[in-house]
Amino acid sequence: MAAVTMRLPVARNVAGQSAPRDGEKHLVVPGDTITMDTGYMSGHGTYLDEEKLTASVAGAVERVNKLVCVKALKTRYNGEVGDIVVGRITEVQQKRWKVETNSRLDSVLLLSSMNLPGGELRRRSAEDELAMRDYLQEGDLISAEVQSVFSDGAVSLHTRSLKYGKLGQGVLVQVSPSLVKRQKTHFHDLPCGASVILGNNGFIWIYPTPEQRNEESRSFITSLEPVPLSDREVISRIRNCVVALVTQKLMLFDTSILFCYEASLGHQIKDILKPEVMEEIVLETRQRLLALEG
Amino acid sequence: MASVVLSEAEKVYIVHGVQEDLRVDGRGCEDYRCAEIETDVVSNTSGSARVKLGHTDILVGVKAEMGTPKLEKPDEGYLEFFVDCSANATPEFEGRGGEELGAEIANTLYRVFSTESSVDLKSLCINPREHCWVLYVDVLLLECGGNLFDAISLAVKAALFNTRIPKVRVLEVEGSKEIELSDDPYDCIRLNVDDVPCIVTLSKIGYRHVVDATLQEEACSLASLLLAVTSKGALTSVKKMGKGSLDPESIFEMMETGRRVGKSLHAALQKTLDEEESLGTSRQKVGFLG
Repeated sequence: MAAVTMRLPVARNVAGQSAPRDGEKHLVVPGDTITMDTGYMSGHGTYLDEEKLTASVAGAVERVNKLVCVKALKTRYNGEVGDIVVGRITEVQQKRWKVETNSRLDSVLLLSSMNLPGGELRRRSAEDELAMRDYLQEGDLISAEVQSVFSDGAVSLHTRSLKYGKLGQGVLVQVSPSLVKRQKTHFHDLPCGASVILGNNGFIWIYPTPEQRNEESRSFITSLEPVPLSDREVISRIRNCVVALVTQKLMLFDTSILFCYEASLGHQIKDILKPEVMEEIVLETRQRLLALEG
Repeated sequence: MASVVLSEAEKVYIVHGVQEDLRVDGRGCEDYRCAEIETDVVSNTSGSARVKLGHTDILVGVKAEMGTPKLEKPDEGYLEFFVDCSANATPEFEGRGGEELGAEIANTLYRVFSTESSVDLKSLCINPREHCWVLYVDVLLLECGGNLFDAISLAVKAALFNTRIPKVRVLEVEGSKEIELSDDPYDCIRLNVDDVPCIVTLSKIGYRHVVDATLQEEACSLASLLLAVTSKGALTSVKKMGKGSLDPESIFEMMETGRRVGKSLHAALQKTLDEEESLGTSRQKVGFLG
C-alpha cells in the first residue's frame, strides 16, 4: 500500500538548547575581531589584519597558551596523522589510487601502502602495477588510516593492517567531519547486530557484522551473498538514527548511536525521518547522554 | 542528471534490499519520502510553490502575461515551461551543463500538459484571436536528490493552484476593444487544477520497481518509466527513460502501481494545499531561512 506523507514546512529549531557546560563558547564569523591584544600568535582559521587578530572561518575560538585558532563548525576534512578514514576510489593511476575523502584535495593511496593478498611482504613489481584495477576499482569503498599529510594539505593513506581494506556490502552516510567525535577506536560492533565504522572524514559506514573474525577479515573478494532481512532492518534503523543525530547536530560516537537506536525502537524505521519523531528520539538520546555524564 | 558512483557491493546490497521490500532508509517499494510543500514563496509572481522531497528542492514560479493566442487555437490561452538547472544543485550544472537536462524536463512537461483536459485553457482567453493569458511556468532546480520529475510536477501543480490571474473586462469603446483591469488587487480568477496530472517515476531495480528513488537507487536502476497520472487514476502520458530494456509484463505492473501511487499522491497534495489555504493570512511563511 502506497504511503505518501506531505506536510507544510515548519521553522526548524534544534531540539533542547542545552546550557553551555564548559563556559561560554566564543563564536565568530569571518571578519570578526578575536582580540586586539598583540601578544597572541595566529593559528588555523585566523589572520593578522593591521595588528588585530581576525577570524577567517566561522566557528569557535580555541586558545592554547599564546596560540589562538578558530575551529570551524562546517568544514572539509583536514587530515591528521593517525585518523581513520573511509574513502571512495576516484581514479586509478600509475602506482597509486586517488581516493575521495571529503577534503579539499583528493587523498592518495600508494600501491606500496596497500597490503597484498596473502600478506606477502615484497617490492611491488610491474605485474602488481598492471593488476591494480583487480584490487581496487573506481567507485570502491575502502577504510584506511592517514599515514602522512603533504605540504599542500593532501593526505596520504595506508591500509597496512588487516582491519583496513576494501569494504563490502553496507550503507554509507556522509556527514560533516566536525560531528564525528575523536575516540580511541572507530570500528564498533554494536550490540544491536550491526557494525559501524566512524570515519574521521565524516563518512560513516554501516555494515552487517561478519560472522568470523579471522586473519583474512579484509580480503579483496567481497561477499555478494544476500544479507538477511533482520540484519537489513538493523542497518536501516542505524542509518536513519545517524541521519537524525546529524540533523539535530549531535556528536556521533558509539554510545550516542546506540542510545538513539534504543530510543527509536518504538517507531517504524521509515518514521524516524519524520521531523517530529526525529526531535523526540534525539531529545531522549540527549537526556540519556547527560544522565550518563552526570 | 546528477549521479553518484557506487561500488559493486553497495549496488548489490540495494538491489537485494528492494527484492525484500526494505530499502536503505526503511521505506517500502511504494513509499515516498516525506515531502514539504509551501506556496506563495516568491512575491512578484502570480503564483509560486516550493517542494522539498528528501534532498530534492524545487522552486516553481508562474507569471501570467497577456499575449496573442496561437493561430490553431484562437480561443485558448497556453502555458510555456522553462526549466533552469542551477549550479547550486550540483557542480555538473555549471555553465551550460544543465541545459540538456533542463530541455528534457521542459519537453516532458509540455507533453504532460498537452492533453486538453489537464488545464482549462479556454478560461485563459480574453478576446478570441486577439488577447489571451499566457502562463509562463519557470522551474528552478535548487538541489538534486533523486526523483526530479515527481517533485517538479508536484511543484508545478501547487504553483498553478496558487496562481491568481487578475480579472480583466473587455470594453467596446468607439469600435475598438479596450481591456480594463479590475481596481481591486484581490479580484482574481483561480485555475482549476483538479485534472492536472502528476508525474510518478517508477525505477526498475532488479526484478522489482520502486517509487521515489534516491540518487543511490537511480544509480542501480537501468530503466525507469515516467507516468503522468491524474487524480482519478487516468494515465495521460507514458515515457520510458534509461538505457535498459523493460519487459511488457513489467510495464503493465508498473502502470498499475503508478496509478495506485498517483491517486494517493494527488490526495495527499490536495489535502496539504487545502490545509495551507485554510490557514489564510495567519500562516507563517517559512521561506528559505527556516
